[in-house]
Amino acid sequence: MIDTALSANDIWFLVQGAGWTLLITAIAIVAGTLLGILFGVARATLPGWSTLPLGFLLDIFRSVPLLIQLVLANSFIPILGIRATPFAVSCLVLALYTSAYCAEIVRGGVLSVPLTTRRAARSLGLTWWQDMKEIVYPMALRVMLPSWIGLTLGVMKDTALVGWIGVIELLKSSQILITRMANEPLFILCIAGLIYFLISFPISRLGARLEQRWRDND
Amino acid sequence: MGVFNYTFHWRPAFQALPAMLEGALVTIQLAVLSMLFGIAIGVVLSLMRGSKNRLLSGFAVTWVEIARNTPALFQIYIAYFGLGQIGIRLDSFIALLIGITFNNAGYLAETFRGGMRAVPPTQTRAARSLGLSAVDAYRLIVLPQMFRVVFHPMTNQMVWAILMTSLGVVVGLNTDLTGVTQELNVKTFRTFEYFAIAAVMYYLIAKFVTLGARAIAWRLFRY
Amino acid sequence: MIEIERVKKSFGSLTVLDEVSLSVNTGEVVSIIGGSGSGKSTLLMCINGLEPIQGGRIAVDGIEVHAAGTDLNKLRRNIGIVFQQWNAFPHLTVLENVTLAPRKVLKMSRAEAEAIAVQQLEHVGLGDKLKAFPGKLSGGQQQRMAIARALAMSPKYMLFDEVTSALDPQLVGEVLDTMRLLAGEGMTMILVTHEMGFAREVSDRVAFFKSGKIHEIGSPQQIFESPQMPETRAFLNSVL
Repeated sequence: MIDTALSANDIWFLVQGAGWTLLITAIAIVAGTLLGILFGVARATLPGWSTLPLGFLLDIFRSVPLLIQLVLANSFIPILGIRATPFAVSCLVLALYTSAYCAEIVRGGVLSVPLTTRRAARSLGLTWWQDMKEIVYPMALRVMLPSWIGLTLGVMKDTALVGWIGVIELLKSSQILITRMANEPLFILCIAGLIYFLISFPISRLGARLEQRWRDND
Repeated sequence: MGVFNYTFHWRPAFQALPAMLEGALVTIQLAVLSMLFGIAIGVVLSLMRGSKNRLLSGFAVTWVEIARNTPALFQIYIAYFGLGQIGIRLDSFIALLIGITFNNAGYLAETFRGGMRAVPPTQTRAARSLGLSAVDAYRLIVLPQMFRVVFHPMTNQMVWAILMTSLGVVVGLNTDLTGVTQELNVKTFRTFEYFAIAAVMYYLIAKFVTLGARAIAWRLFRY
Repeated sequence: MIEIERVKKSFGSLTVLDEVSLSVNTGEVVSIIGGSGSGKSTLLMCINGLEPIQGGRIAVDGIEVHAAGTDLNKLRRNIGIVFQQWNAFPHLTVLENVTLAPRKVLKMSRAEAEAIAVQQLEHVGLGDKLKAFPGKLSGGQQQRMAIARALAMSPKYMLFDEVTSALDPQLVGEVLDTMRLLAGEGMTMILVTHEMGFAREVSDRVAFFKSGKIHEIGSPQQIFESPQMPETRAFLNSVL
């Protein structure tokens, strides 16, 4: 056995951290994807000028470091007179951050469907909504799903930053353990890293395989 | 005063601009260095990955998968806390640089691998049939075409590198843009003002990179 | 003169050239016909050393192509080859495609190389496309550019590997015209082709290839009008 001062309690502490990581990821992905679909479809189908402000806003979320976004939100929300826990702030920021990336994925997916195909659908008498549901969605999904899986994993890894505003997620909890047991940081970090890896790796493999299979079928 | 029970103080924040601009230079320096090292290592990794030697390809695969499947901050922690345990004490600047370089190299190795596959072998064959040496065929025919394929992903990685530099503050870096901003914040508690200015500066740096890259691509890839 | 003697070539357990012998004299045009996968194209790749061989010998002007000390880059200057998939260099303009080898291999100055390139491109009817990128050209134009690219090295021999097979039917004519011009000028040529009418018209000799072997070789009249071998007859019946 490895000689370590780490107790079962400490391991449980890390696992709890991983729980928070997964919870924040899930909330951010669900909310961010819903918003992202809305923004993405708007960006792809409405006239260019009308969604320019939205495009600019989403671009900010992609061009400013997430850490800065978290700090800004954490300091601005109390200014508005709203009391929010670091957890709530983290979920909010990550959801918006996710939606910005998701919007680009959805926009790319919708635009990947040739206009001629959509015209053909509409000329058969399909409504806008039917065209979206029966033609655009199934065709765009192939383009979008691999990127979306990548985004989900990206957001999961990015949750490591919410430790900075006080949420004790996986990486933060390992840092707390390091501070307490200063002589074995490498071992503690490796456990945290392994947990991240075990969550991320199988899903990324799945995504790669999916992409491969669809490419082969084309 | 209304909803805002808070008065914004922008003047002191603007007075801190020169210090923050200096921080921005450190940020750019970090990002550029991490990209240069990342590209060099990424090329080596992508070549190792294609190697028949199991040890070499295994090493490359391990690097790439760790870089892609763990948080960047984790990679920086390993450089900062982890290497300390085995006797390598690094200051936060170097630790951050190592962490981001590790991440860049992992992602870029995959990009380069894709780039290599994107140029068909018939191009080399055609070049060789004209009497070009293997080196010339690679340099004049394969590399330029590969470069076009990898240029856009490389630009994205550069933007990522800039965003990742902000993580230095977590390991105590106080000279880059986020580090300087945090120092000012700790002194004055004007968190929002300072970080808002930092956000604008990051945005401008990122835009400068994307627009610059677009201009370069437009000049270089006219075909 | 190109001498091919008892050449053997295989990919793993698959034999593609089985003791092939053929010699082509200076000024001669030899066409190779036969079904796909019969090893015709591979033979061309072996002549300029793009593919190694497992037995026999190939000599071009007395120089052993597959001998250890042979400078292949030098040898290839004398042998132009044009591929089925024209293999234009997409990142270079038409002019740059053609000047590349004269400048880098023959060490010509840019002006010198461009003078030759312009001349060759006008020769194949692309004098007005110098600054265009290959992606903007039709397949036939790209193929003619590939011919000009090979000719710019002033090769003594030209090898054509099914150069019209990947072209739309209406573009085949312009490429054949270019080759007809070359044959008329006395260029030594080996062409692998599916264009039987063309082979008959320009060739001095025609060779019929099947499963890695030359089954029959002779004048166009002999091969097309009175083939001796049943395999040749069967093949011609299937394509004519």
